[in-house]
Amino acid sequence: MKLTDEEQAILLGEGGRGAQKAMEILVALGKIYRAFDMVPVQSAQIAGVSYRNIGDPGVEFLADWVQLGAKVAIPAFMNPAGIDRKLWKQMGVDAPFAKKQMKIISHLEKMNIEPTLTCTPYHIGHVPQFGEHIAWSESSAVSFANSVLGARTNREGGPSALAAAIVGRTPRFGLHLDENRLASHHITVKTRLSSPADYGALGYWIGKQVGGGIPYIEGLAEMNGSLEVTEYLKALGAAMAASGAVALYHIQDVTPEAVNSGHQLLKKDHIKIRVEQLNDAYQELKKSGDKLDLVALGCPHHSLEEIRAVAQTVAGRKFKVEFWITTSYQIRQSAAAEGWVQLIESAGGKVISDTCMVVAPLKEAGFNHIAVNSAKAACYLPSHQGAVTYWGTTEQCIQAAIEGKWKF
Amino acid sequence: MEILTGRSIYEGQAKGEVLRSDMPIGFFGHVDLETGIIKEPGHPLEGQSIAGKVIVFPTAKGSTVGSYILYALKKRGKAPLAFIMKDCELIVAVGAIISEIVGIDQVDITKLHTGDWVSIEGNRIVIEQTHIY
Repeated sequence: MKLTDEEQAILLGEGGRGAQKAMEILVALGKIYRAFDMVPVQSAQIAGVSYRNIGDPGVEFLADWVQLGAKVAIPAFMNPAGIDRKLWKQMGVDAPFAKKQMKIISHLEKMNIEPTLTCTPYHIGHVPQFGEHIAWSESSAVSFANSVLGARTNREGGPSALAAAIVGRTPRFGLHLDENRLASHHITVKTRLSSPADYGALGYWIGKQVGGGIPYIEGLAEMNGSLEVTEYLKALGAAMAASGAVALYHIQDVTPEAVNSGHQLLKKDHIKIRVEQLNDAYQELKKSGDKLDLVALGCPHHSLEEIRAVAQTVAGRKFKVEFWITTSYQIRQSAAAEGWVQLIESAGGKVISDTCMVVAPLKEAGFNHIAVNSAKAACYLPSHQGAVTYWGTTEQCIQAAIEGKWKF
Repeated sequence: MEILTGRSIYEGQAKGEVLRSDMPIGFFGHVDLETGIIKEPGHPLEGQSIAGKVIVFPTAKGSTVGSYILYALKKRGKAPLAFIMKDCELIVAVGAIISEIVGIDQVDITKLHTGDWVSIEGNRIVIEQTHIY
């Protein structure tokens, strides 16, 4: 691998042991994936923040890296943690967990990583430019940045994103290169979609068909419901990244690379798939049963618009079971300023920030029957939380919370 | 003495006994941190400890948190001495570097058997003694 003089110096330890270790990680990855050189990256999004996921081994590693004096060289921000830093008691999380979690956040802050604690940094001002190289790690954020914004990132692991943040570089391979951004599958959608849940179901289905491929999707009707286009794409991309390993997709006339290049993005040997209906996807996602402990919206983290839509629907109603919307604390503050958090709280719900239903210790908190509006969450909750997971539209989730049972 | 070559992932020297698995190893959730024992039900190495062994396996599987597991094992003195793989991926590569565990990939692992004694130097593996059945 070709390194610049500066990179070579870091590798030899001139930037301290912390940066040296970071460079060693990146060089090893570059070697494995046959990168020709390093590419400077403009931002890093660091996953592996929740104590529930990384446990004591992760805490130890981060503490030791802090000891080595590692600091990030570029804007870097955190993926969700296992708790809301203020409301963790109300989530049913115990004190030892919260203490370990706060320790992780504090270690990362010592490296100058911003405690955004969100999987949607693009909702709070971290919006990469078209063509910009970045090192992001959470799968739905990676998908959004690559596909909707046209930035370039591989799906980094926690330590590799951290290493990239410390030296401001990542090995140039995979989705950083033009030739690897071509579509492996040509998906023609022949059915009409309306809600974000429909887009989630489509994403779930496509992810299962293409695995780690790159789909080029056409036939999507105009996304002109009550929400912004980004909200539909967020649901679609998150589901494809969860049921498959899709880190980039193109949508005809919508996503920037498809707008620029159209069918030229199709690989010569691409596979053609027609989607005539989504019933199979709905059947796989839906679960029967009626017992319900928690309704959890906000995977990926809800935007201000999505919170507004929920707040206006639930105004004056009363929930019979726990009802959460998860988001970033910046979005929660904006929603509170608009009075929407209060509307949701008056109905008996909570607007939780810094965490989500996938990475919080819900099982330990006693939630075993959970309803979600996210196909991504529906993919992960059964294995991550051992919970019976119901999936439906936002409206169905709200109705279930009001009635205290799932009946769809 | 047979010599195998591969690609060095974390460079160094090591000499030890081989423990081979024909199945991928998932470190997160499947290896006991205090003992190094593989506890994945049905895994060919279930119940055996990877601590102090030269582990030989095709590739890793599962969560990327596996890198941290290797780190924690190393701190507890229960990490493998070295690893030899067919295809190294992100989990083991990152884990090896942060934990300073010597390793090589792109090796024809069918030539190695549990109980063999090998020494590793750079990208070379010397089979010093084959296990006698």
